[in-house]
Amino acid sequence: MTKNLLSIKDLSASVADKPILHNVNLNLEENTTHVLMGPNGAGKSTLGHVIMGDPSYSVDNGSITFNGTDITDLTTDKRSLSGIFLSFQAPVEIPGVPLYSFLRTVCGLRPNLKSSAKQFRKRVTGLANQLDMNPAHLTRELGVGFSGGEKKKVEMLQLLLLQPKLAILDETDSGLDVDALAVVSQGIQAYRESCDGTLLIITHNTRILERVNVDKTHVMVNGSIVANGDAKLIDDIDANGFEAWEKAAG
Amino acid sequence: MCARKRSEVKDVDRSLYDFVKSEEGYERFADGLSPEIVEEISAKKNEPAWMLELRLKSLALYEKMTMPSNWGPSIKGLDMNHISTYVTSGDTQVDSWEEVPEDIKDTFERLGIPEAERTSLAGVGAQYDSELVYHNMREEVAEQGVVYSGIEEALHGPYEEIIRDHFMKLVPPTDHKFAALHGAVWSGGSFVFVPAGVHLDFPLQSYFRLNAAGAGQFEHTLIILEKGADLHFIEGCSAPKYNVANLHAGCVELFVAEDAHLRYSTIENWSKNMYNLNTKRARVEARGSIEWVSGSFGSHVGYLYPSSLLMGENATCDFLGITFAGATQNLDTGCKVHMAAPNTRANVETKSLSKGGGISTFRSSVVVTPAASNARASVSCQSLMLDDESRSDTIPAMDVRCQSAQVGHEATIGRISDETIFYLMCRGLTEADARAMVVNGFAEPISKELPLEYAVEMNNLIKLEMEGAIG
Repeated sequence: MTKNLLSIKDLSASVADKPILHNVNLNLEENTTHVLMGPNGAGKSTLGHVIMGDPSYSVDNGSITFNGTDITDLTTDKRSLSGIFLSFQAPVEIPGVPLYSFLRTVCGLRPNLKSSAKQFRKRVTGLANQLDMNPAHLTRELGVGFSGGEKKKVEMLQLLLLQPKLAILDETDSGLDVDALAVVSQGIQAYRESCDGTLLIITHNTRILERVNVDKTHVMVNGSIVANGDAKLIDDIDANGFEAWEKAAG
Repeated sequence: MCARKRSEVKDVDRSLYDFVKSEEGYERFADGLSPEIVEEISAKKNEPAWMLELRLKSLALYEKMTMPSNWGPSIKGLDMNHISTYVTSGDTQVDSWEEVPEDIKDTFERLGIPEAERTSLAGVGAQYDSELVYHNMREEVAEQGVVYSGIEEALHGPYEEIIRDHFMKLVPPTDHKFAALHGAVWSGGSFVFVPAGVHLDFPLQSYFRLNAAGAGQFEHTLIILEKGADLHFIEGCSAPKYNVANLHAGCVELFVAEDAHLRYSTIENWSKNMYNLNTKRARVEARGSIEWVSGSFGSHVGYLYPSSLLMGENATCDFLGITFAGATQNLDTGCKVHMAAPNTRANVETKSLSKGGGISTFRSSVVVTPAASNARASVSCQSLMLDDESRSDTIPAMDVRCQSAQVGHEATIGRISDETIFYLMCRGLTEADARAMVVNGFAEPISKELPLEYAVEMNNLIKLEMEGAIG
């Protein structure tokens, strides 16, 4: 039997006293690919942020266990260092901090990724090539002046560099940008090929999943998981949308 | 369980600067001001009659002028009747650290001065309270005709005439009340003379330490660059914290001749009981250039606006400044540029940070006279407020009286967003390190221009500021 990497039990969370997540239960097994789908505003991104410990949300009930440890009370940085990664729509802009030295800093925080300056350079430029990223962009300031597709590449580059055990890809808006979509597909494949990790892809756009082998699909409506299935569920959603579940949820 | 609270950033740890040495056996003049005190200071220095005359005239001006009101932060907490204008250990200035008294030597060693001298400087001057205790320059620099000495020492030598022609000519005692005060009681400071065409490969550095409580420091720095000369001068200053007011009213006068280039770097780290009312001014002739790199981290109240008078064609001024106002600090900083010749150029770039209720105000004045055809000036000020109780203001003034001049200004004021901190923490940085990374990035355009040891010190200061109680 496969072991659970992440286990969410009876999780309820709110932002500024407004409940968003209701009694969410979700298990992500080791080395599997999950998709979390649902209409706009269902709480999918919130779940990603709550797994990562975003202090904007309060956890009102339930627990999150990662790799056998209860992480419900851990700060975001500790969750990150224990092997959880959350991709953003785009990296934040931090003027004055070159992307390259930022990557060096975040790798330096992980004992298993420490390397000599030379090894690091080789590894980063290798990954940049793999993602068709202009190596000159590595010296740019983090997030400053990048196009939509380039920003996505920065996120995927970090995913491949940090090799997290669990990668949560929040792609709720990526459907809007064809370039970004291609970059994410590429990143997912490269991650799959290079690590034995678990993926949770959050989206409402099925195009992003065309080239991905999905093990399980979860549907979220109004802050609750309303359906669980395999990859076939995606085809259902493609054909019929979320309407039936939305009606059922009232 | 409720949402975690955002961090609170505690006060800066100034232990690096905040140590007090005994004043036992020191000579300390009575608090307050009088003609007798001024005469006593002058007599102590055995200076030329013209200087005593200048001092007494300045004192008379000081007494006539009113305290600035309606200008920047209040200086009501400063009472000249409780400031001693002259404090000295009584030791004579030497040119070997071995001969500097143990306590004082220890102070400068803790501040890293002798080590910097060995590794990266062409010469060093060190002032402790009212008098210089150390002054030295590498021999090969002296051989090129460069003079770097205590200004009082220089008054007794062949440069007396030159000093007389320049002393308080750029910043006359009539300029403002604290310029008048400076004229009356100035003591210590450095004199630099770089002959025509001489380029110094390494910087000169003067460091000013005010150890005495309830005292003032009034050093005078006079730098003269002849045609085509090139110098980088570094000024550092610090003091331990007391619960009484201290005053710094120094004066810096810089003369940059045709084709000469001067870079003047300052890191001001006075303690938070200091009133820093300092005046700095440069006069630049044709094709000459002045570059100011200025970091203001200390003081309770600061008025600091280094000014550049661009008097010759194609003269240029670059001003890079960073100000960090923490709890109990109200720092009014900026610069002035007076463009009075054709094709002059000025570039002003400043960053200001405030936290813990600190107030940081950027104030600039750019004046373009009718003579300054095709002058170009750009002023940019960026502010970052690190919490909701801090304040940041920008007051740019421009007086342009020339049709062909191009003058631009931009200002931005921002905060560190929660999203930024969350993003960085998602990559493994602690909250404090995330904040420090953003602030260091913000300061980077200035810190990269600072001498290395100061850039490192500034990064450390920022890191210390950010390591607070994380809620």
